[in-house]
Amino acid sequence: MQDPNDLHYPGKRVIIIGGGVAGMTAASRLADLGEQVILLEKEEVIGGHLRNWDRLFPNRRPGYQVLDDLQKSLDGRVGIRCLTTVESILPQGSGFQILLASGESLACDALLLATGFDLFDATKKEEYGYGIYENVITSADLEAMFRSGKPVMTARGKVPERVGFVHCVGSRDEKVGNLYCSKVCCVTGVKQAIEIKEQLPEAELFGFYMDLRMFDRHFEEMYYEAQQQWDINFLRGRVSECAENLDHSIVLKIEDTLTSRPLRITVDLLVLLIGFIPRPETLRLARMLEIAMGDDHFLEPTDEHTRFNHTARPGVFIAGANKGPLTISHTIADASSAAVQIHNFLHPVNEVHP
Amino acid sequence: MIDFGYSIRKDRLIDYDKNDKRVLKHLKDHEPSVLTCIACGSCTATCSAGQFVDFNIRLVQTLLRRGEIVPLKTEVQKCMLCGKCILVCPRGVNMRNLILAIQTATDKLK
Repeated sequence: MQDPNDLHYPGKRVIIIGGGVAGMTAASRLADLGEQVILLEKEEVIGGHLRNWDRLFPNRRPGYQVLDDLQKSLDGRVGIRCLTTVESILPQGSGFQILLASGESLACDALLLATGFDLFDATKKEEYGYGIYENVITSADLEAMFRSGKPVMTARGKVPERVGFVHCVGSRDEKVGNLYCSKVCCVTGVKQAIEIKEQLPEAELFGFYMDLRMFDRHFEEMYYEAQQQWDINFLRGRVSECAENLDHSIVLKIEDTLTSRPLRITVDLLVLLIGFIPRPETLRLARMLEIAMGDDHFLEPTDEHTRFNHTARPGVFIAGANKGPLTISHTIADASSAAVQIHNFLHPVNEVHP
Repeated sequence: MIDFGYSIRKDRLIDYDKNDKRVLKHLKDHEPSVLTCIACGSCTATCSAGQFVDFNIRLVQTLLRRGEIVPLKTEVQKCMLCGKCILVCPRGVNMRNLILAIQTATDKLK
């Protein structure tokens, strides 16, 4: 293991941009492989979006367990620079010279972009009334409510009798320019609906969906549990618009596509399941490094099946949700793979086994 | 009253807030497997009665969940109780008991 703070270390150094789940995982794996790693994070602390999530699907374990596990795996083995961003990246020898906003300049032999994602800005779907009606919140707001430890309630402190979840907010929607599926919102909606039922067994819960995409292990079983054990309703149709009643409850207009009839329903609290969007920061770095990006502004690896951590630029690797929506498990798998690819790049096989 | 030949047409809207959930409540108590339907339609595809008459057992289940009980009463009369739907259901819904329980519940409402 190399001293992460020895800036005159003569061996190879990897710089990881982004200290979320992908960046932390890759840093830890690279340290395991004996590389010197420096992790850059724009926020005050590392952890990324995981810091804001209360419990995780599919088993509803606390998110901090995964976060703690990742943090412990770094354990002084990785150099960390928080509250800083990348100003410029210049080629230097076979590697790069990186100038940080903090004024520090760091050289590296390989670079990993683990810049993550942003959450969709729900105010862009104005017809759902986020930021206009007080009882329309996002799945992230609901997670914050869970994390605060306070009971779920409306803006004026009333216990909600009926709660609705709108699926695909900001995803699969040409009107906001996002044609892709964000993958995790379906199962997040099911998880959060169950969590509300745990608190409020008398509440009526509704999920308004176009398709329910329960793609991963235990997801479909969780959907079954939501129906069978928790009596959560799923109504097929995309919510077309919302309006607010005098008592601040929300009226939804939707086509019940299973009966082919329009339907009206009032809920006390409406949760918008917001999706992933690419980060402007990723776009900026991709342009700076001249690496490929899709029309959706997620990064494009050299080969989406076989070289999914590579870019066309030698020494520049990519991992995590800057390539598109990913679950935490898949992000960890993807970042672990990136660490191996970077290690192999830094130490070609014929070098290790001459 | 003079009949001018006009009438008010009831709209097609399902008003979930006003609809009658008593039959659904009865079903949740007596045939809770109804909760797990995912409206795939395999029951309807295999339905013996549905091959010959306008009967959609998947829709029966959906109308029940929406509290649309008026059409339910006539719809459940069309079932021949053959049980093929139960054989194909991927979620284990006991459709035959569902039909019988809807009949019991709607009879009670009279």
